Amino acid sequence: MTTAETSPPVPPAGPVHAAIEIVGLRKSFGDHQVLDGVDLAVPAGSVYALLGPNGAGKTTLVNILSTLLTADAGELRVAGHDVRREPARIRSTIGVTGQFSAIDLFLTGRENLRLMADLTHLDRATAARDVAGLLERFDLADAADRRALTWSGGMQRRLDLAMTLITRPRLIFLDEPTTGLDPRSRREVWQVVREQVADGVTVLLTTQYLEEADALADRVGVLDAGRLVAEGTPAELKARVPGDSTNLDDVFLALTGHAPLSATPDARPEATQEVTAR
Amino acid sequence: MSTTYVVRDSMTMLRRNLRHLSRYPSLALMLLAVPIVFLLMFVYVFGGTLGAGLPVDGGGTRADYLTYLVPGIWIMTVASVANGTAVSVAIDRTGGMFARFRTMDIARVSVLTGHVLGAVTRTLLALSVMIVFALLLGFRSDAGFVGWLGAAGLVLLLAFSFTWLTVAMGLAAGSIETASNTPLVLMVLPFVSSGFVPTEQMPAGLRHFAEHQPFTPIIETLRALTAGTPVGHEGWIAVGWCTVIGVTGYLWARRQFARVPVR
Repeated sequence: MTTAETSPPVPPAGPVHAAIEIVGLRKSFGDHQVLDGVDLAVPAGSVYALLGPNGAGKTTLVNILSTLLTADAGELRVAGHDVRREPARIRSTIGVTGQFSAIDLFLTGRENLRLMADLTHLDRATAARDVAGLLERFDLADAADRRALTWSGGMQRRLDLAMTLITRPRLIFLDEPTTGLDPRSRREVWQVVREQVADGVTVLLTTQYLEEADALADRVGVLDAGRLVAEGTPAELKARVPGDSTNLDDVFLALTGHAPLSATPDARPEATQEVTAR
Repeated sequence: MSTTYVVRDSMTMLRRNLRHLSRYPSLALMLLAVPIVFLLMFVYVFGGTLGAGLPVDGGGTRADYLTYLVPGIWIMTVASVANGTAVSVAIDRTGGMFARFRTMDIARVSVLTGHVLGAVTRTLLALSVMIVFALLLGFRSDAGFVGWLGAAGLVLLLAFSFTWLTVAMGLAAGSIETASNTPLVLMVLPFVSSGFVPTEQMPAGLRHFAEHQPFTPIIETLRALTAGTPVGHEGWIAVGWCTVIGVTGYLWARRQFARVPVR
C-alpha cells in the first residue's frame, strides 16, 4: 500500500487497546444459539485465525464485529471502540472481505476500485495511484477495463480483497478468504495478508483449514458450535493433535472429542438470517 | 456524518447508478418497450373502435383515442422504469453490495438516494422519449407553458413516489425474480383506471374501484394539464396519492434497508 495522505483513524489516547476485545459474546437466531459465550482478544498488529467447520458461528462473529449484526449479549470493543455505541468509528477503521465476492458486476474492475476510493473520500490523485497500484498488485491490470461480470471467480475474489484494501483499513476481517480458491490464488491471498501485517494491520480471518491458520496466524481459536473450545499458537494446537495430521476432522476430534458438525444448511443459519442494523 | 459527505457520497452512488444505465442501455430500452408496445397496440389495433366509444359528439376517431390514451401511457412509463429500479435494488441486496456499503463509514442514506436519483433520471429520460414518440404519432396539446410545467411537476412527484415504493419492494423481495414481479401491480392497475377507457362504461363495482384507485385521479390530472383544460379537485387527490405512496415507500424502504441480509 502507498503512504496514507491522511493518517488512519487511531484509537483514543490512553492505554493501548487490543484490536479486538470480546467478553461473553452471545448471539442466537430464534432458538438456535449460534455464539454461546465467546471470550477473545486480538492484539493490534497480529493475525488471529478462527478455525471451525460450517455452522460453528465464524461468519456470525465476523458480522457482529463488523457492525452488520448486533450481539444479544457481551462486551465488544473493536479498535478501542464499543461496537454498540460507536459503529461509525469502527466502520472507518475496518475492512471486510467475505466468502462471496461483494463487487459490482456491472462496473469494470477499475470502476469498482474507484467507487471504494470515492466512498473513502480519497483525493483524485491518490485514488488514481492506489487504484492502479492495486490492479497491478492483484494481477488484474490487463482486465481492469472489462466488466467484472466477465471475470473468473478467482479474479472477482481478488478484486473484492483489493476493494477492501483501498479503503486503508487498520483491521481487516477475512471470512474464509481462500475457500474455493485454487492453490496459487490461495498463496497469493496469504502473501497479501503477510504484507498487511508487516504494515501493522490487524487481521482476523476465519478458515476451515488448519494449514491456513498455521501459515498465517499468531494465534488460533477453535470455534465449535458457538464456543471457543481451544486457543493457542498454531504450534500449541498442533501439539495436541496426535500424529502429524493437519486434517480439520482430526484436529477437531483431538480438541473437542467429537467430529465437526456436518455442513447442513440448518447448521448455517447466518447464511439466511435477516439482520437488524443499528 | 457531515452534510458535505452526505451529498458527496450520494453523488458517488448516483454516478454508479448512471454508469449502469450507460453500460446497459438495452435494459432501459426493454423498460421502454412496454409502454411503446401498449401505445402502438391500443392506438392502431383497438384505437378505431375505442375512439368511437369516447364521449365525443358524433363519436370519436382513432386520433381522438390517441389524445385520450397518451397521458395514461406516460404514467405507465413511470411505472415501467420503477419496475427496473426494484430489480437493480434487489441485485445490490442479494449480491452483497449493500452489506459491503454497510460496513463502510459512509452516509447511509446515500446508498438509497443514489438509487432514487438514478431512477428519477431514468424516468425523465424515458418520458422524454415517450413524449417525442407520442408527438410523432400525432398527439397534439392545447396546453400552455403553465400546463406543461404542472404536468412536469406531477410526473416528477410520481416518479419519486413510485421509485421509493419500488426501492422498498426490491429490498423486501427475497430474490431478483420476486423483485421483478411485485411491481407488476403498478403496470396492471392502469388498465382498471380511466387510462384506457372512461370509467363510465365499466360495470358498477369495477367502476367504483376504478374511480377511487390512485391511477385515475393521477391520469385525469395529467390529461387535463396536457390538454389545457381545468384540473379541478382531481389535482389535489392526485398529489395526495403521490405523497401517500411516496412517504409509505420511503418509510418501508428505510425499514427494509436496516434489515439487509448478510451473505
